[in-house]
Amino acid sequence: MALLEVKDLKVRVEEREILHGLTLTVNEGEVHAIMGPNGSGKSTLSHVIAGKPGYEVTDGQILFKGEDLLEMSPDERAAKGVFLAFQYPVEIPGVATMTFLRTALNAQRKARGESEYSTPDFLKKVREVSKSLNIPQDMLKRGVNVGFSGGEKKRNEVLQMALFEPSLCILDEMDSGLDIDALRIAADGVNALRSPKRAMVVITHYQRLLNYIVPDVVHVMSKGRVVKSGGKELALELEASGYAQFEDAA
Amino acid sequence: MNVAVAKTGNGRAVSDLFASAEGRLPGSPDVIAVRREAFETYERLGLPHRRIEEWKYTDLRALVGEVLPLAAAPDAAALKRAAEAVKAHAIEGARKLVLVDGVFAADLSDTKALTAEVGFRTLREALEKDSGLLKTSSTDAVIALNAAMATDGVVLSIANGAQLSAPIQILHIATAASASSFTRSRVAIGKGARATIVESFVSAGAKAYQVNDAVIVTVGDGADVAHIRLMDDAADAANVSSHFVTVGANVKFNFFNMTTGAAVSRLQGFITLAGEGSELSANGVNLLQKTEHGDTTLVVDHAVPNCVSREIFRAVIDDRAHSVFQGRIIVRPDAQKTDGKMMTRALLLSDEAEADNKPELEIFADDVSCGHGATAGALDDSLLFYLKARGLPEKQAQALLIQAFVGEAIEQIADDVLREHVIGIAERWLERRS
Repeated sequence: MALLEVKDLKVRVEEREILHGLTLTVNEGEVHAIMGPNGSGKSTLSHVIAGKPGYEVTDGQILFKGEDLLEMSPDERAAKGVFLAFQYPVEIPGVATMTFLRTALNAQRKARGESEYSTPDFLKKVREVSKSLNIPQDMLKRGVNVGFSGGEKKRNEVLQMALFEPSLCILDEMDSGLDIDALRIAADGVNALRSPKRAMVVITHYQRLLNYIVPDVVHVMSKGRVVKSGGKELALELEASGYAQFEDAA
Repeated sequence: MNVAVAKTGNGRAVSDLFASAEGRLPGSPDVIAVRREAFETYERLGLPHRRIEEWKYTDLRALVGEVLPLAAAPDAAALKRAAEAVKAHAIEGARKLVLVDGVFAADLSDTKALTAEVGFRTLREALEKDSGLLKTSSTDAVIALNAAMATDGVVLSIANGAQLSAPIQILHIATAASASSFTRSRVAIGKGARATIVESFVSAGAKAYQVNDAVIVTVGDGADVAHIRLMDDAADAANVSSHFVTVGANVKFNFFNMTTGAAVSRLQGFITLAGEGSELSANGVNLLQKTEHGDTTLVVDHAVPNCVSREIFRAVIDDRAHSVFQGRIIVRPDAQKTDGKMMTRALLLSDEAEADNKPELEIFADDVSCGHGATAGALDDSLLFYLKARGLPEKQAQALLIQAFVGEAIEQIADDVLREHVIGIAERWLERRS
């Protein structure tokens, strides 16, 4: 079943069109990779799906589980099951990670009409998940991402993904700023969350990440459109030949 | 400043104010003479206005206009309403001393629960023989008016070495609309004593009233004191309060002020570090909305060497509200090795919100470390989006960031119960917003 349907999406930022009619369908259980050179519009796509302000959708639509995503505020999208793992997770001094996680999880549950987690149940859940991701308890007591290394910030994103149990995870350049060990830990965390009900969109510039998170479908983006789609072998092909051929095609 | 100001339009009302109240003002003939003199000072100066440098940002003539007549002594109905407010605002485990419309309410207070180490009298009782209670070194008009008009207050004397486990909470409850109350209290803390004093200002359904309070605090050598003031008066009330604090040697003095109410308010604190080796931590939070005007003015006077002072002030300003922070650090010529720092930050939640920060350093010694910093800005959009993308609705995301913003000042309160109480007040303010 189609989880995410992006249809002929056109997006502007400050009068400049970045996406020129992008179409993409992601089904439940699938992992899609979106590859492309810098400036091809990969991050714009992830921001528009999550609802970041500053982007003007001039045409097209985004359906999530058949509902119009563009009509929803970012928090409503989160409660519906959309999760964006940020390329650069922000630091929030003065907001303890635990407080943040509990507030966010309960806000999502409340929006869905589910009961809020009690503190003991929440703590139990966080402990389980953080242990599996190798996140020390003292990290959870600190301010959100404050003083975290690049790898810790990405693991914190994966921790949230595991806690909130979204049905669509968008990983925006998850490999940026990570060394190979940190990348492996984060990717293992993501792989553990793969399930027949959950889809993932992995946005990356490099093929490297796809050695760890193996996609079902690879899309190549260039100049605001998807110019080619194929199986995981397409990523390897790109690695060998580069993006230049697609820039011409676009 | 001693400028002769022509009588203002409300000059006549001012004279009536004293004449009509005189019969109700407690004190011996000596005390009445002191009052009369103070009132003459006030009459000469009138309400402070923007041409008085210390009141530049808080022009009481423009903001308040006139002083309302003295509130009547509370009747049974007023005391009943006040009792409800006491219940709602009492701090867990605290010994309560309650003033209703400027008059001490014995039945609502825990005087019997005070230990032998705590000497207690009302101002009314104390003024029978001591006119010194009405005297301060200040030439400020609102303080002179307070001396002239103070109807009651609490006079506390905490014995040397006393270790008070329960806070003493002075609750000011307003029940009378369109009237003024004037209170003055003195807290003398003995050497080596440990004490927590909390002041709370709240309304029991009263509207459009005025509060003028003064507190004189002396802290003996080696004492460890927390002094917390929580001003949550009615949204259309005015509150002007003045603190005079004199700190001895090797003292730890931790002061915190929170402003969450009143249309117009000013807390002016004059803190003198008069003994060596003392540490002052003076912090505050203003949470203002609608057209509220909140002024926190702190003057920290390092009169002797080797003292440390730290000030952290945070203002959150919504709608068309206006927050003022004036922080002056004075380092006297002898006060070498002074270490004084002040950091103030304002968070503007609307385009029409206004913050004035006026830090001043007056340094007359040459071997000191002093500094100040000030910032003003809006909530960070990238942080807001991150929180919203995790499922927090706009107002809840804002609330979390605002709590973090004021947290740095609130965290300076060491006592868990009090800190949680203050966080609760901030949370209720945030709920009022949404």
